Amino acid sequence: MHDGARLIRLMDGVPRIVQDDWRMIDSAADWDGSPGAVLPLELALAQTERVRAAGRTGIWLAPADDPARAAGFFGSIALIGVHFPKFTDGRGYSTAVLLRTRHGWRGELRALGEVLQDQLYALRRVGFDSFALRADRDPVAALQAFATFSDVYQGSVEPPLPPFRRGSVAA
Amino acid sequence: MYRYTDFDQRMVNERVAQFRDQVARWKSGALSDDELRPLRLQNGLYVQRHAPMLRVAIPYGLLASQQLRALARIARTWDRGYGHFSTRQNIQFNWMKIEEVPDVLDALAAVQMHAIQTSGNCVRNITSDPFAGVAPDEAVDPRPYCELMRQWSTFHPEFSFLPRKFKVAFSACATEDRAATAMHDLGFYLRRDASGAVVADVVAGGGMGRTPVVGSIVRTGLAWRHLPTYTEALLRVYNRYGRRDNMYKARIKILVRALGVSAFAAEVDEEFAFLENGPGTATDAELARIGADFAPPPYRILEAEPAVLKEQIATDPGFARWYGRTVRKHRVAGYAAVTLSLKRSGIAPGDASAATLDALAQLAERFSFGELRVTHEQNVVLADVAEHELYDLWTAARPLGLATPNLGLLTDMICCPGGDFCALANAKSIPIAQAIQDRFDDLDYLHDLGEISLNISGCINSCGHHHVGNIGILGVDKQGAEFYQVTLGGVIGPDPARTAIGGVIGRAFAAAEVPAVVATILDIYVALRDPGERFIDTLSRVGLAPFKSAVYPIDQPAELENA
Repeated sequence: MHDGARLIRLMDGVPRIVQDDWRMIDSAADWDGSPGAVLPLELALAQTERVRAAGRTGIWLAPADDPARAAGFFGSIALIGVHFPKFTDGRGYSTAVLLRTRHGWRGELRALGEVLQDQLYALRRVGFDSFALRADRDPVAALQAFATFSDVYQGSVEPPLPPFRRGSVAA
Repeated sequence: MYRYTDFDQRMVNERVAQFRDQVARWKSGALSDDELRPLRLQNGLYVQRHAPMLRVAIPYGLLASQQLRALARIARTWDRGYGHFSTRQNIQFNWMKIEEVPDVLDALAAVQMHAIQTSGNCVRNITSDPFAGVAPDEAVDPRPYCELMRQWSTFHPEFSFLPRKFKVAFSACATEDRAATAMHDLGFYLRRDASGAVVADVVAGGGMGRTPVVGSIVRTGLAWRHLPTYTEALLRVYNRYGRRDNMYKARIKILVRALGVSAFAAEVDEEFAFLENGPGTATDAELARIGADFAPPPYRILEAEPAVLKEQIATDPGFARWYGRTVRKHRVAGYAAVTLSLKRSGIAPGDASAATLDALAQLAERFSFGELRVTHEQNVVLADVAEHELYDLWTAARPLGLATPNLGLLTDMICCPGGDFCALANAKSIPIAQAIQDRFDDLDYLHDLGEISLNISGCINSCGHHHVGNIGILGVDKQGAEFYQVTLGGVIGPDPARTAIGGVIGRAFAAAEVPAVVATILDIYVALRDPGERFIDTLSRVGLAPFKSAVYPIDQPAELENA
């Protein structure tokens, strides 16, 4: 995975391009225990104490990872990543919903991997607030995706209420 | 029918703008073919054998006359002058240009139509009973519930990239399932509980394709207001645990079977427990808002079975035959629901020319409050015809070729577009349908045979629903040649327990053999039937054996080879 790339981050709900300083770690050999690393869930689970001692860290989940297993880290991490190996693999959307609703994760939730412009609107709706666009794509051009629709037909993480509970439905 | 609010119109318009931009980015090279594919599929656009095919949603089968006219205009302007009604209450245009599709979607949006989620691995167009709202035997009008769920499923952010397609159907009639509900990924049998409240028995894991499965009941008596949240729970379980390694094993039916029905249902219940009575729960006010659009049309006070109708039936045998075959009882006295057959010799089942679409619009306006329904059997229904005008309707429909009295009979075949159009097909299906129509064109014989369903699919994807035809015909590829496998005994029952998938009778046939094979099967039926016994009932009484031995008199080894 790429480091130090520009990414899109919601700031007070507004998508902005920011420079990223998190390092994505794929395996134990890549991590020396220093802060600023985003660790695979399995690695974090295997080195719980080291993670808690490392300062600013994050973890990332693969599509099949159960988000419930990440909940024990919430107090000691600053970021959760959800990896999309292919943009057509939709499991990460449910992972995000569960992290935000069932498990109550309030920190940064980042979409990683094959993250493309045409998925940004839905990714935001299920609770992602940062988006590491695939490295060959221009995040500036992708920003327009957040304005695709002016409203939504159903509640999810954002917004949580369906239109008929928000008074959006004009009779 | 449901009329778009400003909100709905805005959402559909924004969808068209989104797709226009996606097509432009694809043309410029900014989007790859692979990246565009799921996006265009979720706007109904397939790349087919000859040209891209656009599948337009007809939500739960309802069409207004101005929508029919728009479809006719689309057929003329952007296609080759006709459309094809599919088996899932959609209409397909076979000769589209990708670059022009955004304009077609604009033309659809102008009449409150769209092609949203008619393909792709998402929640597809929701289907239902074409006699909804007028059938005397329904427990409740399913259409407001269908619309509630159509809206809920539209652009659902969590479920746009499911393991595979996801089809939903509603039925609300205890004695007959006119939506093939048990053959869907998710189905709702609506009924009233002892207190009169509307509840759903939920069936999941049905489907056709190469592994045909009749769905299983996973929940009974679900209060209607939980339809969105229960579906969310079920889809979340499927989205997380459905197989993604093999597209042939990715439908929910495979997950339900792998876990077992009760374990699957328990998983869904566990998820639902977190959502039950939460903010996604539907409200009485929202159902009432939607339901207002399904208020009955301004029926007149009419005499039931007026004398003039009785006299017309008594004096005109052609009318009497059509009346007996295509006219159904209506919940309002003096009205009837009429099915216009789109099956006649020389026309591919489900095909309708632009002129036919315009003519249907005119018939709907003249006879049925400007509305019409399409059926999963690929016919169209005028649901609110005054009985004293039935003769006029018959007179007007006959020259249009829309009054063939073959509804429910052998030649009322379900048939997919097949190898003539579809890139997936192994074999052509339309010429088989034509050959059968040509061989069995004697209406007296057809009426004597009575109710029998014959369904044809050009490949195992089963768009022609061959698995549930009393007689099913499936196109298969044998060393590059087109052959046809025959199944017997498929049937759509009122519930999963009475729904069955047909059994293969033996080796496949060359195209030219198929009409004679069908004839042999019918001869055996006629020879063995008890008076008044339907084909499917004779078959279930005597079993497959007599049919097999008549169709394969000498080649038992060949039969074993394919057993």
